[in-house]
Amino acid sequence: MDRELLEVLASDARTSVDDIARQLDREPEAVAAAIEELEEAGVIKGYSAVIDWDAVDASTVRAIVELNVELDRETDYEEIADRIARFPEVKSLLLVSGNYDFAIEVEGKSMQAVSRFVSEQVAPVPEITQTVTHFVMETYKDGGFVFEDRDEDDRLSVSP
Amino acid sequence: MGNEPTDSSAFGNRLSERAATLSESGIRRYFELAEERDDVISLGVGEPDVSAPWGARVAAIESLERGRTSYTANRGLLELRERVAEYLTRWGLSYDPGEELLVTTGASEAVDLALRALVDPGDVVAVHQPTYISYGPGVELAGGEMLPVPTRAADEFALTPEVLSAAGAEEADVLVLCYPNNPTGATMSREQLARVAAFCREHDLLVVSDEIYAALTYDGGHASIASFSGMRERTLVVNGFSKAYAMTGLRLGFAAGPPEIVDAMTRIHQYTMLSAPTTAQYAALEALSSCGDEVDRMRREYDRRRRYVHSRFEEMGMDCFEPTGAFYAFPDCGEDDEAFAEALLEEQGVAVVPGRVFGAGGEGHLRVSYATGMNELKTAMNRIETFLVSR
Repeated sequence: MDRELLEVLASDARTSVDDIARQLDREPEAVAAAIEELEEAGVIKGYSAVIDWDAVDASTVRAIVELNVELDRETDYEEIADRIARFPEVKSLLLVSGNYDFAIEVEGKSMQAVSRFVSEQVAPVPEITQTVTHFVMETYKDGGFVFEDRDEDDRLSVSP
Repeated sequence: MGNEPTDSSAFGNRLSERAATLSESGIRRYFELAEERDDVISLGVGEPDVSAPWGARVAAIESLERGRTSYTANRGLLELRERVAEYLTRWGLSYDPGEELLVTTGASEAVDLALRALVDPGDVVAVHQPTYISYGPGVELAGGEMLPVPTRAADEFALTPEVLSAAGAEEADVLVLCYPNNPTGATMSREQLARVAAFCREHDLLVVSDEIYAALTYDGGHASIASFSGMRERTLVVNGFSKAYAMTGLRLGFAAGPPEIVDAMTRIHQYTMLSAPTTAQYAALEALSSCGDEVDRMRREYDRRRRYVHSRFEEMGMDCFEPTGAFYAFPDCGEDDEAFAEALLEEQGVAVVPGRVFGAGGEGHLRVSYATGMNELKTAMNRIETFLVSR
């Protein structure tokens, strides 16, 4: 059941235990227990809302920042990641292959705030050799959800 | 000018009797009602709520870029027929791509061709009901007479030799089967099919078996009547890409059967369609080659929705047979289905299709399609619950 249960929660974390039970043909008590177990085991890391901040006119600026690092004998990726992940401004942190090492997603109240955070907090980390900041201009899809009010269902209302 | 509109057209009373008397789809009225409002959640839609797999779409685009815009062989691309033959082996069916397969413009064309190839004026075609709305008119257009064979919720909407006999199907020439079924969501087990197969052999009925929903079977898997001993030689299997591969608009289906019938259908096909759309055939080829995972994903998703919808109806006290295939539930609304559907649409903005549209045995039921996103489905089910409470 775990895999199916996780799929339901990943598509809508607010799905009630009763509704999940209906979808998976299980008892609500069994579903509730499974969720608790998955939370305790750290499989479910948390629940969050995917928000179109532009829609509420909130001044939130997002940026994707590329980081290049130079490792030495004492420092590995894990240690650098551990340090960067502690900043609350960093919403996601990924080690990637290609021209740079880490991709981080940073959120701030203004472009200036994001820039200041990157230059004053991130860039000074000794192993970081270069940062490239890309401000997010528009979000079309996030967390699996397509943004904008486009009704893509062009099927006939009633069909054979 | 010569082409100005005139008050009365010269065609009025000169239409062929078949065309003039062909009745309009019973769904049409609800379609118009549903279209008048913009707050409607439609559970009346008989098509997947996703687009065709990206791989299939890319193959279609690529075929156009390469200028593959000519006719294909009348029977369809040989490569596609080979893939289709391979695909059918999953249900224990074995067909020669050279002589026993025909690629058609949707499964609907395959049904039409089969009826035209098999039915002479006056021939009787048994059609179990409730079922897909096109078979009756198809029989009519072929000049035959339809013999409705009602199935019942008490029999899980499965066809039995008893109901065939009760309807007088011993005298029929052809039996049309549609399992998994639209609109009931019923499937037939091997045991149930074996009894119908015996009936067909005993009374020398040919079978047109529309298996368009075969890949959307949830418990126990799909069984084809053609896989039973002595049935391959008297069965024409119809299937296609609209439902499992979400390719409704690409219009691609196929027919599989003994060479004589496929050859006859191919001759009719070559004078009407010539060949199925080339672009769609390339998309289908890719769909069969690489999109199996996406079909599995869709089936899992429909399966979850199926259980959700069924259990909601049961909790609301609406008697609902548990569907085992396709993407429809067929609850009993306990009253005039047409009035119920109309009031539901008017008061709660939820469109469903009255069961009677699908023939005998459909009265008092509603066809509810769960090929609609989970959030909308939940809202629609809540509205139906509110509607029931308010009555």
